[in-house]
Amino acid sequence: MSTPASPIWEVFIRSRTGLAHRHVGSVHATDAAMALQAARDVYTRRGEGLSVWVVPSGAITASDPADKGMLFEPAESKIYRHPTFYEVPDEVEHL
Amino acid sequence: MIALAETPSVLFALRRADDALVLGHRLSEWCGRAPMLEEELALANIALDLIGQARLLYAQAGPDEDALAYLRDDRAYRNLLLVEQPNGDFAHSIARLFLYAAFADPWWRAMTRSSDPGLAAIAGKAEKETAYHLRHAGDWLVRLGDGTAESHARAQAAVDALWPYTGEMFAVDAAEQAMIDAAIGADLAALRPGWEATVARVLAEATLARPADGWMQRGGRSGAHSEHLGPMLAVMQHLPRSHPGAKW
Repeated sequence: MSTPASPIWEVFIRSRTGLAHRHVGSVHATDAAMALQAARDVYTRRGEGLSVWVVPSGAITASDPADKGMLFEPAESKIYRHPTFYEVPDEVEHL
Repeated sequence: MIALAETPSVLFALRRADDALVLGHRLSEWCGRAPMLEEELALANIALDLIGQARLLYAQAGPDEDALAYLRDDRAYRNLLLVEQPNGDFAHSIARLFLYAAFADPWWRAMTRSSDPGLAAIAGKAEKETAYHLRHAGDWLVRLGDGTAESHARAQAAVDALWPYTGEMFAVDAAEQAMIDAAIGADLAALRPGWEATVARVLAEATLARPADGWMQRGGRSGAHSEHLGPMLAVMQHLPRSHPGAKW
């Protein structure tokens, strides 16, 4: 099947009220209205969705995988940022 | 073969069931051939909606939906000539779906007020499906008509070729009138202005010309079909006719 030169859109679906939209994949479509229909047709066939967002793939700014060390490794040594680092005194009842 | 006493109420359900099955099968012929994966799934989704509608309607018409679908010849089919027309190019398939959905969507909405509770219940499900069919086909027609010179020419050719099949949607014979009088069937004449307005709005946005009303083809509702239905049914019915009672 040939793929025409239409733009790519990233698809986000909210499955239940109260949950955030989650990235589920991408579609080809000529414009936003058709992208929304394509997303509905490709990604909500089994009752997955209550709400759909589509975003032009080009509108997403992504981090460079080569920057992984600089961006993410400094956080790994800071275990005191996790709540499990702290012991809760027995006297504290409501936390 | 299956013999069916075509009372007005049986005929009423059978006509709409055949519309839905034949158009659903036509759209399913796009499987593996659509211009892009997204549209492949969109057409398959619509086909499945229509086949689902057909099953519910066949259950209203007779005891055995499979026998009605697979064991009747073309002369016993009661669908509109419009829906049996071949897929042609993509513009042709979209124009056919649009012209039908612009009728079927308000028809089903009116049928939610049918005095027949079974049909009204089917209508409640179907009108949500047809609303999407109309939006999808209409949006595509606008993009084809208002697209490139090539897509515009193909879309206009499709609308022109299919136009003579649109009059049959509003044709009322004695059986249909009996159902309208009993408040079971929707009043087709009352739906016509809405169909005209939808078609005029979408064609204008698509920069397509509305064809002039000339001779309108008829015959599908009484079994006088175009040459296209027989070969379609031959493919659709081959397996159950070659292997009666086959299950999988």
